[in-house]
Amino acid sequence: MEHVIEMLNIRKEFGNFVANDNITLQLKQGEIHALLGENGAGKSTLMNVLFGLYQPEGGEIRVRGQEVKITDPNVANNLGIGMVHQHFMLVEDFSVTENIILGSEPTSVGMISVKTAAKKVQELSELYGLDVDPYAKIEDISVGMQQRVEILKTLYRGAEILIFDEPTASLTPQEITELIQIMRRLIEEGKSIILITHKLKEIMDVSDRVTVIRKGQGIGTVVTAETNPNELASLMVGRQVEFKTVKGAANPTTDVLDVKDLVVTDYRGIEKVRGLNLNVRRGEIVGIAGIDGNGQSELIEAITGLRKVKSGQVFINGQDITGKRPRKITESGVGHIPQDRHKHGLVLDFPIGHNIALQTYYTGPISKNGFMNYSTISKKANEIIQKYDVRTQGDHEPARALSGGNQQKAIIGREIDRDPDLLIAALPTRGLDVGAIEFIHQRLIEQRDKGKAVLLISFELDEVMNVSDRIAVIYDGQIVDTLDPLQTNEQELGLLMAGQTKKGAMTNQAEGEGSSHV
Amino acid sequence: MSNRLVNILVPVISVILGLIVGAIVMLVSGYDPVAGYAALWNGIFGDVYTIGETIRQITPYILAGLAVAFAFRTGLFNIGVEGQLIVGWFAAAYVGVAFDFPKYIHLPLALIAAAGAGALWGFIPGLLKARFKVHEVIVTIMMNYIALHTTNALIKTFSDGGDNTGPINPSASLRSEFLENMTDFSRLHYGILIALAMVFVMWLILEKTTRGFELKAVGLNHNASEYSGMNVNKNIILAMVISGAFAGLGGAMEALGTFEYASVKGGFTGIGFDGIAVALLGANTPLGVIFGAALFGSLKYGALNMPNEAGIPTEIVSIVIAIIIFFVASGYVIRLFVERFSKKKEAK
Ligand SMILES: Nc1ncnc2c1ncn2[C@@H]1O[C@H](COP(=O)(O)OP(=O)(O)OP(=O)(O)O)[C@@H](O)[C@H]1O
Ligand SMILES: [Mg+2]
Repeated sequence: MEHVIEMLNIRKEFGNFVANDNITLQLKQGEIHALLGENGAGKSTLMNVLFGLYQPEGGEIRVRGQEVKITDPNVANNLGIGMVHQHFMLVEDFSVTENIILGSEPTSVGMISVKTAAKKVQELSELYGLDVDPYAKIEDISVGMQQRVEILKTLYRGAEILIFDEPTASLTPQEITELIQIMRRLIEEGKSIILITHKLKEIMDVSDRVTVIRKGQGIGTVVTAETNPNELASLMVGRQVEFKTVKGAANPTTDVLDVKDLVVTDYRGIEKVRGLNLNVRRGEIVGIAGIDGNGQSELIEAITGLRKVKSGQVFINGQDITGKRPRKITESGVGHIPQDRHKHGLVLDFPIGHNIALQTYYTGPISKNGFMNYSTISKKANEIIQKYDVRTQGDHEPARALSGGNQQKAIIGREIDRDPDLLIAALPTRGLDVGAIEFIHQRLIEQRDKGKAVLLISFELDEVMNVSDRIAVIYDGQIVDTLDPLQTNEQELGLLMAGQTKKGAMTNQAEGEGSSHV
Repeated sequence: MSNRLVNILVPVISVILGLIVGAIVMLVSGYDPVAGYAALWNGIFGDVYTIGETIRQITPYILAGLAVAFAFRTGLFNIGVEGQLIVGWFAAAYVGVAFDFPKYIHLPLALIAAAGAGALWGFIPGLLKARFKVHEVIVTIMMNYIALHTTNALIKTFSDGGDNTGPINPSASLRSEFLENMTDFSRLHYGILIALAMVFVMWLILEKTTRGFELKAVGLNHNASEYSGMNVNKNIILAMVISGAFAGLGGAMEALGTFEYASVKGGFTGIGFDGIAVALLGANTPLGVIFGAALFGSLKYGALNMPNEAGIPTEIVSIVIAIIIFFVASGYVIRLFVERFSKKKEAK
């Protein structure tokens, strides 16, 4: 019995829309099988079918050769199928163990025996090298750790087949490396994995085979060792894809953003931004490089008015906007692609068209004398949907129904379309396919060339190095250095991001190329 | 769309189920369900008089339902409609009794007073929620008691120890000779027109205005609303104020239309609480509220005829009516659960 899972000719419809049309995916025992496709191609849908969240309209699923009907996630669990969703489903103020046993609590004489469970969690954690503390509280651990808890949850329930839906989208490079090791360990222990990711490098690194889908259609399955990123990209998009970001030299002029001695605290009152100075000029893209948690989120939220400033000042076009309300700041020429698209970026239950009007709904011609003009909104929304290739059935569709990547494209479209003097782009390409990433990078550069200022925050060094004209390294709430991307490299950046001084970085580099890592 | 079909089908099936189970209850307790339902029917549609009275009964339910539905659509759970309605009732009656203006001033003034009193009663929980994050459910429940006892005390004070305000001046009355004549001298009054106008107002605010856009956005996602520059606190307060105003007008229907006075109450009127069910039945949409109110109002009023005409004791009648409502409401609740559940599933 070679195939543990066979999804044969699966068809899934949403109303008149066919999200999966005749897709076949066969997972071999002990392999890592990548699932690749553009945003909205139907990957998550297909996996939700396998996990029992959606019922297919056609096709057949076999688990170890047996035809099965997976009517709900419990059935999937019993068949040994576990899923790690992109957005975690954990209870913040429960411990790791409590979260893991939630819904299948072991009891002895009617009492939940957390101790027994914790011991089992500990054992599993050691077996797979997950290094999770069973008693830690979820709210106290990092995103990467939370993901491991999700993995443990599936293992605890006896999963033999693990589905990962874009597991690396929200991880730092370091965490990604560790996750890959964990996945290898899982395979060694006899598990099989389906992995969704947009990062071709990861696919080349870890997968054994790749199944490609395009616009809901199954294109085919290739052996990873016999393919290359270029071929994968063109299989996925249906044409040749350019990878390189083409851009001319920057032509920076006057300051748009000027941040002076900024101090910002987090919700516990701990200083996360500690006397930070930064400026961004017209006609340049400044990239902020740093490891997650060094004050990036607090910095952006302080600039955009979503978080209180403790001390220091923020100027936009010379105007002091410190402590102003978000609307004032937006109106002084700031656009903001937020880090968390579900929290800040979208009202998920609003139609996507309303969401596209979220920043401008109170201005003409979208509204007049307090009355909305929904036909203008519709027109505007369709313009942006067209221009930014947001794949949706129409502007009336709820934002929730769009695929993750398409939600992101809608937000980016909304913000860039307002043509702000300063565009703050926080992880703008998170969850986007390679083609879309390229497209978005071009739009950022276009803004720059129009004489606008762009502030880019990203955890991906590739992105920071390719797109920025200047790189500001953030460490522990301060900009520790500003570099020219053409005159630095990943190693130097990595060391600076880890808190070493430039001088230290240089000597380290001189001492041995091999020893440096982020 | 099939969704629409489901929307209509669920309540219809629920009503039928409720009627069946209600019939079983009557059978088991030894009464004739056919006679019982015939009496119910006659009590609602029997003649023009009962029709007039049924519509009169529906009127405050519409406004109470709008109040709950409006709050719900803006992300708030207003359990305080009862209290807001009681203060509205009192305010309208007070203005009706205490002043003497020409009708075109007096009546609007009394209505505004009722809406204002209800709005104030909504403002307080709104403010507490916005500023101190106190949950509106707790505050509104307490406000109900404060409303009940405060108005009782005020009525006693104004009537020198009496138990009602005395009749309002005709210039503040909603009574309509025309409607009375048409319905064989029922107490049907112009309030139904006001209630229907408010249905339109709610629709207009939510679906057409920028304010409605904000209110809905804030109700659905505080963070995204703040991100887009909306004033979250202001919108929370405003939502409660508008909701309270609808409820207050519901009280005015009783004060200026049905009873033409306010009296000391031994307990809650129940209209405000029924408003929750009315809103749920109507899926929190303005038009749906009319449907929910019609169902509630007619069952409540028609049931009064069951003891007279079919000899069924009031206790059994209450059970039967409660069962019908239970099925209708749970039909909706069940669907709500299904929808919530499938939404969570679809979340990416
Ligand atoms: N619940 C739903 N109702 C209607 N349409 C839906 C629903 N869920 C998904 N879709 C549509 O199905 C298509 C496929 O969505 P899916 O989430 O599977 O894409 P994806 O391949 O995972 O994309 P991404 O890489 O952006 O996450 C999209 O066009 C989406 O709009
Ligand atoms: Mg997806």
